[in-house]
Amino acid sequence: MRTLIFRTVAPYLTSLMILFSIFVLLRGHNEPGGGFIGGLIAASAFAIYGIACGVSPVRRALYFHPMAISGFGLLVSAISGWLSLAFKVPFMTGLWTKVSVLGVPVDLSTVLFFDIGVYLVVLGSITSVALALEEREHG
Amino acid sequence: MTADSQWLTFLALLLPFAAAAIAPVLTKALKHNAAWILALAPALIFLHFSGFVGNISEGETLSAGYVWIPSLSVDFSWFLDGLSVTFALLITGIGTLIVLYAGGYLKGHEHQGRFFSFILMFMGSMLGLVVADSFLTLFVFWELTSITSFLLIGFDHSREASRRAALQALVVTGLGGLSLLAGLLVIWGATGVTSLSALLASESALRDAPLYMAALLLILGGAFTKSAQFPFHFWLPNAMEAPTPVSAYLHSATMVKAGVYLLMRLNPVLGDTVAWETILPVFGGATLLVGTLLAMRQTDLKLMLAYTTVASLGLLVMLTGVGSEKAVEAAVLYLVAHSMFKGALFMVAGLVDHEAGTRDVTRLGGLRKAMPITFTAAVLAAASMGGVPLFFGFLAKEEIYAGLGFTDGWTSLLTLVALTGNGLMFAIGFAVALKPFLGNKVETPKHAHEGPVLLWLGPLVLGGLGLVSALVSGLSHELVSSPMSSAVLGEPVTVTISTVPHIGMPLVLSVVTVALGASVFVMLERGRAAMAGILTAIGWGPDRGFDQVMRGLTRLSFRVTNIIQNGRLDYYMTATFVAVAAAVLIPMGLYDEWPTPPQLPRMPFYEWTVLLIALIGLGAVIYARDRLTAIVSLGIQGFAVALIFMLLGAPDLSFTQFMVETLSVVILALVMTRLRLSPTDHRPTGEKVLDVAVAGTCGAALGLMLLRVTQVPFNTELSDFFSQYSRVIAHGRNIVNVILVDFRGTDTLGEIAVVMIAGLAILALVRIRSVKPITENREEG
Repeated sequence: MRTLIFRTVAPYLTSLMILFSIFVLLRGHNEPGGGFIGGLIAASAFAIYGIACGVSPVRRALYFHPMAISGFGLLVSAISGWLSLAFKVPFMTGLWTKVSVLGVPVDLSTVLFFDIGVYLVVLGSITSVALALEEREHG
Repeated sequence: MTADSQWLTFLALLLPFAAAAIAPVLTKALKHNAAWILALAPALIFLHFSGFVGNISEGETLSAGYVWIPSLSVDFSWFLDGLSVTFALLITGIGTLIVLYAGGYLKGHEHQGRFFSFILMFMGSMLGLVVADSFLTLFVFWELTSITSFLLIGFDHSREASRRAALQALVVTGLGGLSLLAGLLVIWGATGVTSLSALLASESALRDAPLYMAALLLILGGAFTKSAQFPFHFWLPNAMEAPTPVSAYLHSATMVKAGVYLLMRLNPVLGDTVAWETILPVFGGATLLVGTLLAMRQTDLKLMLAYTTVASLGLLVMLTGVGSEKAVEAAVLYLVAHSMFKGALFMVAGLVDHEAGTRDVTRLGGLRKAMPITFTAAVLAAASMGGVPLFFGFLAKEEIYAGLGFTDGWTSLLTLVALTGNGLMFAIGFAVALKPFLGNKVETPKHAHEGPVLLWLGPLVLGGLGLVSALVSGLSHELVSSPMSSAVLGEPVTVTISTVPHIGMPLVLSVVTVALGASVFVMLERGRAAMAGILTAIGWGPDRGFDQVMRGLTRLSFRVTNIIQNGRLDYYMTATFVAVAAAVLIPMGLYDEWPTPPQLPRMPFYEWTVLLIALIGLGAVIYARDRLTAIVSLGIQGFAVALIFMLLGAPDLSFTQFMVETLSVVILALVMTRLRLSPTDHRPTGEKVLDVAVAGTCGAALGLMLLRVTQVPFNTELSDFFSQYSRVIAHGRNIVNVILVDFRGTDTLGEIAVVMIAGLAILALVRIRSVKPITENREEG
């Protein structure tokens, strides 16, 4: 699998896929996409990078253990569900607000953070499985 | 109840847990003197609850609480009447003394802070149990007492015996807890109420319900295990493995009375039936006799007391079962008296053990000079236990005989049982209180001298209370006995008995009891030898039975595990898919829900093409020569399905399907390289045929089910709702995503948790290096 072409292209391909996965994640509420599919795309990006260049560069690039990323995602999702309790509405009620980023109005919501949590869980879990499976070949 | 007092009561219920949280830190700083501060918590709660006594003695009841889970109509609520307040006062009052006692008893123990923490948590649970109103509150606290008691019995966890005792107590009372839960659910189903106060107000609704018998038996299952009734009594003496403060508090004064409390609480709605008036006295009477006879056999002070506790609980259950006004009053008086004298005697036993180094009654004697205060406390408590005039125990005993009498054969039998039990308990009580102190000085492992104030304060106060409360019997009846009896009976009654002996049948019986007790006391050595002989002859008891059952359970689960999980992947896969096929096909067959044969749909040619690709993929999987090709061919099929989704207008689904297919091919390929299988498949034809059959059946079953599902009318209510409101209330145009993250967000939260757990599990499986063989012996060890 470790051909020169693949190894040269893989970093660019991975970056592009990750960029695309974030795009899919963010547009998910209105267009096809969302956290789950975004997470899958990102996970396959890391899997490709791992196949091409070996597992340790991926681990270095991720910095955190993928399972930790997954756990953090679950925490983010759970917290964005709990947030609604502070406003005396039932658990998981979506809260929306508008903020202005450089003059552009942006909708922010607990739902978005929930979706980011989903993204991180899927990304983390699947990447850690894939990396663990890839690792053995050289270890 | 005013808002302030409601808030205060809530705080009082939480206070023990708060104290438990700070106990370890406090004990680290102040050593055993932390007991003085920690004892403030129960003392304050005691003061709070005694504030209700005035109103309640005038016949008031108070209930209050907070909404807990409104959508399930579950409340956190409490109910205060004579019964619960008396219990609350006993728990916190004796609790204060026990915390102090524990300060002295475990002085210098490296885990004293942990001990304080456990015992305060137990106190909070027990307090919650007796004041609980809603069924759920009751059940939660009931289970908490089992768990905290497990922690306390197993406190000395380095010893095998205490671990076994802790586990035994947890298993027996835990099973009882399940029975109680089932009983409460049956009561809920039968009457529709979810709180004790509402149940008590419903008069005879439960008695007339067709499920009365089921409710009764299930509740009794909970009460009898908790209150150590024969044949479940065996866990209580074993629980003596716990440090003495625990035995004094949990296993005499409070927790084991939870079962009696429950019976007393439900007496107005469950009692007064033939079943109640038969089962309770029979089991209670049997427990009384068994307990006292087994107590005679013991030489360990704590075990002697433990078996008399079993006996006393039997007596209480028996009296509650008889249910007449006098009998209930007797039960109430005896319960209060017992909490005081038995708590005191246990603490005395611990004190003797602590100072003399042994609690074997045959190796103790002549301690009266060395430990005069302890001796005083012991005699005071034993006098109350034996029912000597002027003591509270005397009032209880008089009332017991007045409540039973000789009116017919049944009550005469119960009177004889009570007489025997009381006589034996008299003998054992005085054996515990006198034998270590009187007679010649015996050489003990430690040089005995009086313990510190922390140790003798508790028994002395409790022993003294047994005398004082009887001397001012008018006041104690007005404040405690009468309100409590009224609560148990469900109608106002007044307890009148006083310490002045009045000529009559009860007094005669009391005299007989004392005579019997005194003669047994004299012949205790011989009785002990006789009992030992009998028990050796029988050889088997529920305690052994418990071990046999547990051993059987481990064996059974080992066998079952061996059959279900024999470690062969192909076996698991076959079993799983056979189960799937059966789960789909059998209900369809049973309810005759087969689909009608569908018409061939008209589809554009490109849709046919995609279907064809899927079929080619399928064929390729079957004819593939090596595994890798098969996996990739499986991917072809998946991509074809994704295309179909796309064509039918489900881009989200299609996207996801694409990604899932890609990743599964990658991961499957990685797994295959890891498993070091031969590249091709070499199974015998028989196995291949079986696999084909299973796969075919499973596929056909799912196909048939899908066909059938699409043939029944589709309820569009939900999809209409989602498409209508997705934009309006959830601000999203992508309905699929809105459903996932908003409308059904809680589901998704659960699903991602599953994804993560599955990831962790796979990671663990991948990392396993070598598998140690599992043998049957290792499982049992």
